[in-house]
Amino acid sequence: MSVDSVFVHKMWNDHELSKMVKGGVPFAMLSDGGGKVGSIYGVYLEDAGVEARGRFLIDPDGVIQGYEVLTPPVGRNISETFRQIQAFQHVRNSQGTEATPSGWKPGKITLKPGPDLVGKVWEVWKTSMAFD
Amino acid sequence: MGEEIKVGCARPTGGPVGETVQTQEEKTAIVKEVKAMITVGKKAPDFTAPAYHKGKFISVQLSEYLGKWVILCFYPGDFTFV
Repeated sequence: MSVDSVFVHKMWNDHELSKMVKGGVPFAMLSDGGGKVGSIYGVYLEDAGVEARGRFLIDPDGVIQGYEVLTPPVGRNISETFRQIQAFQHVRNSQGTEATPSGWKPGKITLKPGPDLVGKVWEVWKTSMAFD
Repeated sequence: MGEEIKVGCARPTGGPVGETVQTQEEKTAIVKEVKAMITVGKKAPDFTAPAYHKGKFISVQLSEYLGKWVILCFYPGDFTFV
């Protein structure tokens, strides 16, 4: 979503993005003229009249599980976005019985919070696990 | 995915859903209030927006995606560099 019109979205897709991604952008490119939606999400930069690089993860119940907002010159890390979604999906599927420690990704251990784990995290989880 | 929309000369627009008519001053006050309501663990504000998707102009409403995970991305503008 940006403040550009759908017509400009089409031009950008057809003339540039489709040359980077075969078949063009696979998802909907949303238009937010005037930044009305961006204002509500807190990402509309009034002075510049554009929207910051805001990224919101919304779960199947419509609840915001996480967000990240960057100023325009620095791009995002898509791998981290996917990792977060996988983590939130894992936690959701466990119905709240599991939590994913720092640096978790599929295949790494999760933690099962409860009285027995208090003060014992150091026994099952090492700081080296926070890194790839 | 949303319904296809007819495109005339005017730019298609969307906006927050459920908004009532207010004076500009009241609007500003409410927007500021709503800004503070973006909190993890809380509902994402619903909205509609025109969109371009695979050769068609469509209208998208966030609440149509209930039941799915959604990544909502904002960016400064088309043809920006990063």
